[in-house]
Parts: sequence; structure tokens; C-alpha cells
Amino acid sequence: MMGLDATRVRAVVRKELLDYRRKRSIVVSMVLLPLLFLVEPVVSIFLVTPLDSGSALDNYVVLPLLYMLLMAVVMPSTLAAFTVVGEREQGTLEPLLTTPLREQEFILGKAAAVMIPSVALSYLVYGLFLGAVALFAHPAVASAVFHDGPTLLALFLFAPLVAGWSVVVGMAVSVRASEVRVAQQLGMLASFPIIGVVLLLAVGVIHPTFTVAIEFAAGLLVIDVLALRIVSRMFDRERLVTGAKATRA
Amino acid sequence: MIDGSVVGSISNERTVEIPVEPGSHALRVESTRYLLSPEVSFEAIAGQVVGFSCHPRSGSPIIFTRWLIWLLASLVKHDLWIGLQLDDASSASHGVMSASARRSMPRPEVEASRIQSGLDARSASVRAETITSVPARPGTKAQSALVVSDLTKRFGDRTAFSDVSFDVGYGEVFGFLGPNGAGKTTMVRTLGTLITPTSGSATVAGIPLSAENGVEIRQRIAIMPESPGLYLRLTVTENLEYFAGLYGLHHAETRISDALGAVNLGDRASDLCGALSKGLRQRVGLARTLLSDPAIMFLDEPTSGLDPVASLEVHNLIIGLRQQGVTIFLTTHRLDEAEKLCDRVAILNTTLRTVGRTAELREQLFKRSLVVNVLAPLSDPDQFFARVPTVEDWRSDGPGSYVLTVSDPKVAAPEVTRSLVAAGVDVLSIGEAKHSLEDVYLELIAEDVGARQP
Ligand SMILES: Nc1ncnc2c1ncn2[C@@H]1O[C@H](COP(=O)(O)OP(=O)(O)OP(=O)(O)O)[C@@H](O)[C@H]1O
Ligand SMILES: [Mg+2]
Repeated sequence: MMGLDATRVRAVVRKELLDYRRKRSIVVSMVLLPLLFLVEPVVSIFLVTPLDSGSALDNYVVLPLLYMLLMAVVMPSTLAAFTVVGEREQGTLEPLLTTPLREQEFILGKAAAVMIPSVALSYLVYGLFLGAVALFAHPAVASAVFHDGPTLLALFLFAPLVAGWSVVVGMAVSVRASEVRVAQQLGMLASFPIIGVVLLLAVGVIHPTFTVAIEFAAGLLVIDVLALRIVSRMFDRERLVTGAKATRA
Repeated sequence: MIDGSVVGSISNERTVEIPVEPGSHALRVESTRYLLSPEVSFEAIAGQVVGFSCHPRSGSPIIFTRWLIWLLASLVKHDLWIGLQLDDASSASHGVMSASARRSMPRPEVEASRIQSGLDARSASVRAETITSVPARPGTKAQSALVVSDLTKRFGDRTAFSDVSFDVGYGEVFGFLGPNGAGKTTMVRTLGTLITPTSGSATVAGIPLSAENGVEIRQRIAIMPESPGLYLRLTVTENLEYFAGLYGLHHAETRISDALGAVNLGDRASDLCGALSKGLRQRVGLARTLLSDPAIMFLDEPTSGLDPVASLEVHNLIIGLRQQGVTIFLTTHRLDEAEKLCDRVAILNTTLRTVGRTAELREQLFKRSLVVNVLAPLSDPDQFFARVPTVEDWRSDGPGSYVLTVSDPKVAAPEVTRSLVAAGVDVLSIGEAKHSLEDVYLELIAEDVGARQP
């Protein structure tokens, strides 16, 4: 039917970002999480000595990089889980649903608002990590890191896609959940498939190559887009306004 | 395209005139190049000419090759590239889009709407095309803001309301009364497209109630729910800015300050909503419904929790809105409020008990009566009142006080007075008994309670 209205989507994104800034728990976790995910890789990369054998060096280089990918999964999942049930719990959902806002606009705006800080912070962490390596790590280690093209590419492509996955699953849970806490716990489950892939890469079942990176990225993109559509379908105004009991006796 | 139907084509730099029925309409222009204008709504007033012109929007991405635009636009049908503007001349002279005009009640004459194409040569001709599914407004129903027929809503086996039918005219303040759990809030949510009715049909602001028409309907109405549901970490202004955005309003600063002024909150604009009292939050909720200049406002108990002065302000606001022709659907428990504000009221208790003007309801329900107070009780009232022909029945209402059932108090009062004086009785007072809306309400609801008890 008709296209989506950019003004409305923008209004949702703006309000969400404003609300995040005013919420202390979100601000604190947005400061702490990146630090947490930065410390481990930086420490481990400085423990590597160029005297280690080639494959060990590879592992030491690849692992911290992959580890940082987890941040892009963890952070959005809690934020996304809050999006719909959160509004419902605080009683702001009903007035919102009385406006001409479409389901897709709401979902898209909320998803974008979660993605923007998550992806920005992931990139910041990568940047800081690479900066630290370039400036302070042993030159041999640094060159190993910077020559690991597929992993670096994977990181930059995967961060938004993986965050997208997390957002979509978190929102799917949020649309159906009756409580924020339940939604956040279920939302965390969203990260399991991603952690699985990271583990497979880490133990060497999957070898990071350019092709693998691109294939994964393409696959994730398709899944994210499909899942976003499914979430829009799951959005049931009546259920959200009257509670899950509405459809039952 | 107007209201979902194709109305003709315009070539570049030309003007077409399209007669339309009075009332609200939606207008959109589409070109053969897959360029689409945003939809604008306008209120047609008899004898006025509304003019719109099309212009390529500034910042149009014509730098792309033609086929690419064609391809992209055909994929997304985006409204990015044509601006549909109200003609300066006509807007100045007629004020067509002004708040007051948009709220005016339609009159049954026909007027012309003029659309001019100002697209440049590259955009070639502009052809009108069907783009929305808004059905044409049926002639008679166009006069009703709300038409509800046999509407029923069940939650599982609990019935919120059943077989409810009523009409609300444009510009009317319609009171919706009923005890707790009567289904008032559920009715507001149903008409506001938040929940789907189990059966029956309704027309809201001229649009049939259905899930597909949801956006269309919500664009023309505003609902103030039972609890205002504000974002407590945002300021009053930020809350309103958000909603202005959701209604697609650009540059809403003046609207926001007007709305805040209307509820007397101008000085609290930059306070966090979390720091406001319940009554003040209620007023922010009310300001929010004023933002979009709606044709119908649904107010679900707008004065609950307000102090007497604030309630009075809300009442005055409603009276003001009514004078501007806004249709208001008001649910309330306060019968004095309904009596003061509403043109008509409906009393609901799962089923609709009654609809009408308060005066009519009183007459329907209560026989008219006279209250007579005399200094000393009559010795044999039975015998005394039997001799007065206009008195149909009587009952005692305390010593020396009698309530007489009469068909016309204006005829009966002098006659009763004469008889009393002739009998040497000292008359203290005589007057018509007034039944308030509260009496009507209690009478109807008591019937329900009585019927429910075995
Ligand atoms: N989600 C729901 N699930 C089941 N029953 C519901 C639901 N919402 C409302 N009801 C029932 O529908 C009936 C009407 O409720 P509604 O909230 O419309 O009443 P109301 O007239 O607004 O009452 P009040 O004056 O207390 O606000 C009640 O019996 C209520 O219990
Ligand atoms: Mg209610």
C-alpha cells in the first residue's frame, strides 16, 4: 500500500534517543559495556609475543577481534527487549497507538534508535582497539592484526548486521512478552546463535576468509530484513492495548 | 485523486477545477513519472474555492539518470518529489486550511477545488490516480461524525458492550455515561481503531471502521485515554513535539504553545513530565489531543483527578472547542458535567440504555410533578387531591409536603393553589419538581440492577 512516512519514523527515533540520554541505567551501560569489551582484547593482544608460533599468533589475533563482535549483540538485545513491553508497562503505548503511526513505522523507528548507538559504540571500540594496537603493540603483532583482512572486514560488516539480528529478535520478544524482565532474558537468548558462530570461528571449524565473511554478511542481511517484516506482522494492536487475555476467555 | 477516486488529469502549467462535496477530503497527485505528492486533507466549505499547486520539491534527486529514478520510484512510490501546496491567494482569502475552517460543519452545497500543476517539463504531465482506499462519503452519512450500528465487543465470553447503535453529528458534544465496567473505554478504543469490534459496523469521521482504514481514521481523530501515558523523562514540550511528529506536523512550535496555552500550562512547558502532579499530567494529555486539530476528539474521563478549578478550565475548553465546531465524544462519571457540556448523552450499561437530550430523557422517564409545601399537614389528603381534576396521583414527602403527579404543571399549579387556598390551607410553596440527569441515570441503572437480581 502506501509508503512509510519519514516524519513519523524520525519522530520515533528522535524521541527514543532523547529518552536514552535521560535514562541513567542506559547511559551507564553504554559507557561500561564498551570498556568491558575493550579491556580483554587489548590485554590479550599485549600478552602475545611475536615468538609464538604462527598459528598461535593467528588465534591470539582473531579471538579478541571476534570477542568484540559480542558487544554488538549484547547491547542492542536488552534495549530492543524494552521497546514495546517497556512502553506498555509505563502506560505510554496506548496514546502512541491512537496516532496515525503505522506498525512498520513504529518498528522501524524503534529498531533504528537501538541500532544507532549500538553500532556507533561497536565501531568506537574497534577504532580504539586498532588504534591501541597500532600505537603500542609489538610491530609484528600489529602487522598480524592489520593483515588479517577477512576478520577486520567481517567485523565491520557484521557489527550492524549482528546488531540488527539482536534488535529484531529482541523486538519480536518485546511485542509478545507480558513483562520487561522476561523480554530481556529471552532477548539475551538472541545472542546465542551469534556466539555459536563466533565459537565456530574461534575453534577453527569455520576459517575466516573473504568469501565466508561476505556470505555470512549476505545471509544475515536477508535474515534481518525478513525478521523485521515478521515482527511488523506480529504487532497486534488489540493485544498490546488489552493484554494477552483479550483473545482468551 | 480525491478520496480514493480518480478525478482527472492535468498537463503541465494547467489548472483543473474539480467540484467536491462539502466536508473533509484527501487529495493526492501522481504523475506519469511515478512521482507522488504527499496526501493533503482539506475541508471543503460551500462557496469557497481551494487551490493547490504542484511543484517539484526542492532537493529533488534529478541528478540521477532518468531510468534510475524511474526504477527507484516505481519500487517505493515515494512522495519525495512533488510538493502539493495550498495556493497563497486562495489560502489568504479563504483561510481554507486554518483551524477554524477545518473544524467547520459542512453545508450541503457544492464547491470547486482547483489543482494546478507547476511541474517542470521533465516531469511532463501530472495524472491523477487512485492511491488510497478511502471510500466516497455516502451523502446522508456525511453529516454524521460518528455512525455506530449494532456494534458489539466481546472479550472471550465477557461482553464489554453489545448491539450499540447511535449517531453523533458534526460539532456535537456527545456524553457517554455508564457505571464502572459499562464498556465506555472499550467503545472509545473500538472507535479509535485500537481494538476490533466483534460484530457490527461504524463510520468514524466519514470513514468506515476497519483495520485497513486505521491510519486514515486516526489521522482525523484524537483520543485522550483514561491515563495520559506521558514520557516522564521528557519535558512537556518534548512530549508534545513527539506527538506532533507522529501526526506528521512540521514546525509545530506554535501549535504546541497554543495547545499548552489552552490548558493553562504555558509556564510548565520545560518541566519534566515526571515532576508534574496527576492533574497537570491530565492537562498535558489534553493538550496533546489538541495538537493535530482533529475533527473528532474522544475524551475518556478528562476531568477525573482534577481539582474543581482545573475541571472548570477543562469544561471551558470543551465549550470553546464546541464553539469552533469540534465534535467531542466525552465519557464521564460526572453527571453534572454531562448535563452542563453535552448536547446529547447516551447511557450505556453493556447495552445502550438510552440516547437523547437531557431534557427529553427526563420527560421520557419521569412523569412531571409538582411539589407542594403547606404549613399544617392536610387532614385527609386522599380525599382532598381526589377533588382536584388535574392531579393524577400524589404521595407524601414528609409532613406537610406532597408530590403531585400532573400532566401539565402550568395548568395544574394554579388550580392546586386555588383549591388549597379555598380550603383555608396556608401554602408555603408550590413548584415543579426538577429531575436531574442524576435521577435519570440512577433510575436506568437501578432498573438494570433490579433486573439482574432474581
Ligand atoms: N482486556 C480485557 N479483557 C477482558 N475483559 C475486558 C478487557 N477490557 C475490558 N474488559 C471488560 O469489559 C467491560 C467494559 O470495560 P471498560 O473498561 O470499557 O469499562 P468502562 O465503562 O470504561 O469502566 P470505567 O468507568 O471503570 O472506566 C468490563 O467488564 C471489563 O472487565
Ligand atoms: Mg473507562
